[in-house]
Formats: sequence, C-alpha cells, structure tokens
Amino acid sequence: MKFTGTDNYIAAHDLQLAVNASIAMEKPLLIKGEPGTGKTLLAHEIAKGLNKKLFTWHIKSTTKAQQGLYDYDAVSRLRDSQLGDEKVHDISNYIIKGKLWEAFDADERVVLLIDEIDKADIEFPNDLLLELDKMEFFCYELNKTIKAKHRPIIIISSNNEKELPDAFLRRCFFHYISFPDRATLTKIIDVHYPDLEQRLVQEAMEQFYAIRNIRGLKKKPSTSELLDWIKLLMVGKINAEGLKEAQEQGRVPLVGAIIKNEQDLALLKHLQKN
Amino acid sequence: MFLDFFLLLKHQGIPVSLVEYLSLLEALDKGVIQKNIDEFYYLCRISLIKNEKHLDDFDRLFGLYFKGIETITDETIFEIPEDWLSKNGERLFSEEEINNIKAMGGLQDTLDRIQELFKEQNERHQGGNKWIGTGGTSPFGAYGYNPEGIRIGQHESRHRRAIKVWDKRDFENLKDDVELETRNMKLALKRLRKITREGTEEELDLHQTIKKTSENAGMLELKMLPKKKNNVKILLLLDIGGSMDDHIALCSQLFSAAKYEFKNLEFYYFHNCIYEMLWKDSTRRWGEYISTYDVLNKYNSDYKVIFVGDASMSPYEVMMKHGSVEHYNEEAGIVWLNRLKNKFSDLVWLNPLAKEEWQWTRSVQMIEEFTENRMFPLTIRGIGEAVEALKS
Repeated sequence: MKFTGTDNYIAAHDLQLAVNASIAMEKPLLIKGEPGTGKTLLAHEIAKGLNKKLFTWHIKSTTKAQQGLYDYDAVSRLRDSQLGDEKVHDISNYIIKGKLWEAFDADERVVLLIDEIDKADIEFPNDLLLELDKMEFFCYELNKTIKAKHRPIIIISSNNEKELPDAFLRRCFFHYISFPDRATLTKIIDVHYPDLEQRLVQEAMEQFYAIRNIRGLKKKPSTSELLDWIKLLMVGKINAEGLKEAQEQGRVPLVGAIIKNEQDLALLKHLQKN
Repeated sequence: MFLDFFLLLKHQGIPVSLVEYLSLLEALDKGVIQKNIDEFYYLCRISLIKNEKHLDDFDRLFGLYFKGIETITDETIFEIPEDWLSKNGERLFSEEEINNIKAMGGLQDTLDRIQELFKEQNERHQGGNKWIGTGGTSPFGAYGYNPEGIRIGQHESRHRRAIKVWDKRDFENLKDDVELETRNMKLALKRLRKITREGTEEELDLHQTIKKTSENAGMLELKMLPKKKNNVKILLLLDIGGSMDDHIALCSQLFSAAKYEFKNLEFYYFHNCIYEMLWKDSTRRWGEYISTYDVLNKYNSDYKVIFVGDASMSPYEVMMKHGSVEHYNEEAGIVWLNRLKNKFSDLVWLNPLAKEEWQWTRSVQMIEEFTENRMFPLTIRGIGEAVEALKS
C-alpha cells in the first residue's frame, strides 16, 4: 500500500514518504503548511489514491474531544420516556457515534482526517492522546471499550493558530508542506488544466511569483489561489497577450482571486504606480 | 545507532524525545524507506521534528553530522552501527579539534565555533521559545568530547552588566520555573479567568439539568451553576527600554498570552518607574503620552493591575523627585506608585529577573516592599503565584 499522489494531486517525494511512513507505522501524520498548499486535500487524495473510505472530522473552536468519540443524546431519551417508547430501556439507542468511533468501527482500514485541529481549545489535543495512541476508548454509558478493528490512517491538519502540546506531537509524524517550486507548480497546473496554452501558464506564473514575492504581504497567495486565478483567466478568455498587456499597463486582471485583503491590494496598487 | 545524532539535536535545543527516537528506529527496522540518504533524511525529519521553526536547525545539524555520508554506498550506511558510535565525534570535530579540546590549550577556536552555533540558535528562538526563558544557556558537555563541561553562559554574561549573575543559573527547576512558552503562560493566566465563575451556586444550569434529568430517565434533578460575574479586568503596565531590552521576547510572550486570555485588557508602557505620564504605543515613547491621572480616573478600582518590569534602577528614581533619568519629574516615583496602589488594591509585579537576583539591586527591594510582597518572577510558577495573589 503505497501512496504516490493521484491524477490530480502532485505529492512531492518527501510528502509521499511521510504519508507512507505514517501508514506503515500506524501513526497519525500532522500536516502543516501555508494556507492553500493542499493540506486538507491531501487526506481526500490519500483516500482516493488508496481506494479507502474517508471520514472527516472538522474542528471548530467549540469542538470537544468527546464529540469525536460519541454523544449521549439524553434529550431524545427524555422525550421517548415521556412518550413511553420501548426504545428508552436500551441506552445504546441514544449513543451517537462520533467520527473517531465510526472510523474505528469500519470493517477495513479507512482514512480519518482531523481537519484544522488548531482551531479547538488548547486542551483538545491532550484529550485525544490515549485515543490516538491506543486507538481505543471507553464508553461509560455502555460500559465497554471501543477498539479500532483496523487502525485508521489518521491525517491531522493544522494552520498553526495555536501551539500543539508536546505530548501530542510526540505521537505524530510531522510534515510541513512547503510552497512548491516552479517545476512542481507547473506540474500541478498541468494536472488541473491539461489543455491550457503553455504561454499563458508561463505568463501567469511569472506574474503570480512577482506578486508572491512582494515583501510585506499579509497573506501570500498560494497554490489554490493560483489555480483559481487561472480558472478565472480561462473563463474570462484572457490569453497570454492579454495578460502581458495588462501588466504593461500596470494592472493584474482578476486580481481578486490572488489578493484577498484590502491592505494587500493597496500595497500592490502602490507598487504598480511606482 | 544514531543516538549521538539524537543527542546532538537535543542539546542544540530541538525538543526531541526518546519516544520519537525509538519510533525512528522502529521505522528503519520495518524498512519503511529505501536505503538511501535522502529518504533517511526525510524519515528523520518527519519523526524527530515536530515544529517548522526547528526545521532549519535540523537541516543544519543533519548536514553537519552526516557530512560526507552521501558518498558512501547506500547499503553500508545501515550496516555500520559500531562505526557510527566511534566515528561521530570525528564528524563533528576534526581530529585536530579533538586534540585541541583534550589539551585544553587551543580551546578558544572550538569554543568560538560552538558559540557561533549557539548564538544563531538563541537569536532564532527569540521569537518565542523556551530558550529565552533559560537565558539561552546550556552546559556544553553535550558533545561528549568535553570533559570539562564548558558553559556557554559565561560568554553571555560578559555582555551584560555585572549585577546580573546569569552564570549562576541552576537548572533544578527546569520544568515549571524556567521553561516558558506562550502556551504555558496562557494556561497559567487561564486560572485568573476562573474567578469569574466562582461563588455560590445560584443560577439554574438549564443544560445540565436537562441532561441529568434525562439521564435519570425523567426524574427531575436540578443543577445549579455559580453566577457568571463580570470578566476579570486587567490593567497591564509594562516597563520598556533600558535594562528591559534584555527581556523583550519574554515580555512580548506574556503580552500575547494576556491578550489572548483577557477580554478586558488595557495596557500602558512606562520606563523604569511610574511617573506622571504613560505611553500607549511602545514605539512612540517620545511622542504621544497619556497622563497617569487620566489612567487613574479612567478605570474602576475593580481593575487588577499587573506591572511587568525588572525594577532595576537607581533608588533615586523611586524615592526622589527629579530622580527620573529621562525627564524632570515633579513628584517621586513612589508617590505615583502609591496613587496607583490606593486606587487599585489588587496589584502584582512580575519581574523578568530571576528571584535570586533581586537581593542584589536595591530598587528591586524597594519596589517589592511597595507591592507588599506581591512581586513574582516572570516564570510559569511566578505567574501562577501572581494569579493566586490577584485572586485572594
């Protein structure tokens, strides 16, 4: 079982190795990197590439670790007891499985994505230590231990908004997706838009890198922005000449796809004027 | 078999642990990678390094340690464990250097080189790593080739004023006394936030009541909750400039942690001691200021005041009028401090200097007296104690 990227996902050699090592070692893989470099996408592509089922657990600021395991729906039970429903006698009817449980329960090895783990409270990762280590947890209501039938391939993405605790990090492999170099980026564009005119790609890359290299940008555009932009250029039927012409006049067509905030836009305008 | 490489990383301040090292060995054992140096490097990286800020250091050290290895044929790398152990010192230092160290004569060259490494590392970590908490010193016995245990710290202290005894640092309380990261600070400060939920239980906790009642399958069970009090209000007064320059990184960590934890956080800057003016913007200390009287009036007495400063100055700056080093103050610093104390009875002073050093500076003792023993070192434990003091 080797992951080598998919038809529309170019994985660099080190990323492939990281994924394969974490599959072989059955350890979670923590993925960090600039926004838009395909962190979340990675899990989807691994699932696709290895033909596995994917479970996604999106983390929000209010997410508790427990929710990944299970929820006890006490309110339904109360209602059922008032209505005299027979179901009420069996507590297991009111245990709602979380993503982790679902993944543990699957009959084959699956991919579990814990997306944006840094969004949660700082204690969140600590609450999952044992679960990720042993791939089991205890359900008090049912008085039984839930153990993974097959240890899932766990991909954890983080945007670095919070530091993750050391104890948690020790249990993961870590890979930082750096911004792709020019050759890789060209490949990525090729995969997404195979029929694109090469001159347009060159010209777009040129301008894209120029913008990316501006010092002091609050949000550097990354791969996903480039892809969006190229798509827009195609839809807007702007060709290489049009792009070049615009540049000579000191503007970037459809710049909104690359620059996402006012300050950066102002900075760009300011630079173009001079 | 790569134990020395692991130790090298460890002693260069990269937080690696045995667990990670073992998992690396296990992965090697399982044949996760092809036997070539590139894949070996990737595997080391993903298993040992857990934060991108260490990646660069790791690359540098990996390069240093495995210099020349890429020319060895692939298979042999993994078959010469004994060799690794005996040779690795030579990889780090040339034979000549080892001899130098042994002789203790030509030590300086080697020291300089190592200190270059350390210096680089310290600078890199200014941004928010535990290294700054320890003053960036480490006993350099780590390389295994130095029986004397050269202390880099001694070099550091030459740049500082004589009153600070950095070299005296002992590492006994490494865990909660020195190691500082914003995460730890946030956790320490979080305890202060708790007071907003303390008190008698007088509010109905609807959610828990429903939950408990339904868990009892319909038998009503009331759950109460302490009334939510107003959020804690913090007035943070930070010393900047002069001797505080040494502690900028530490203070900014505290600042960011405090900003994260407290909604009602107000902050002002001062220099050395409080006088009639405070600054809102640390970079414009000579421009916009706000009168201390205004600050006194603006905030209710339920604000808790946290001073952050090393309190190291000439005693005149505290006790005498016209004592300030940078302007002609009409009233002595202590007068202003007492005004603050009269208004805001809940106050603490966090001092970035280690507690053992306080006794060497007269003004620190004066300020400590002023705070009525509520001066705490700016460490996790110190912050914890300060929070306790503010709660009581």
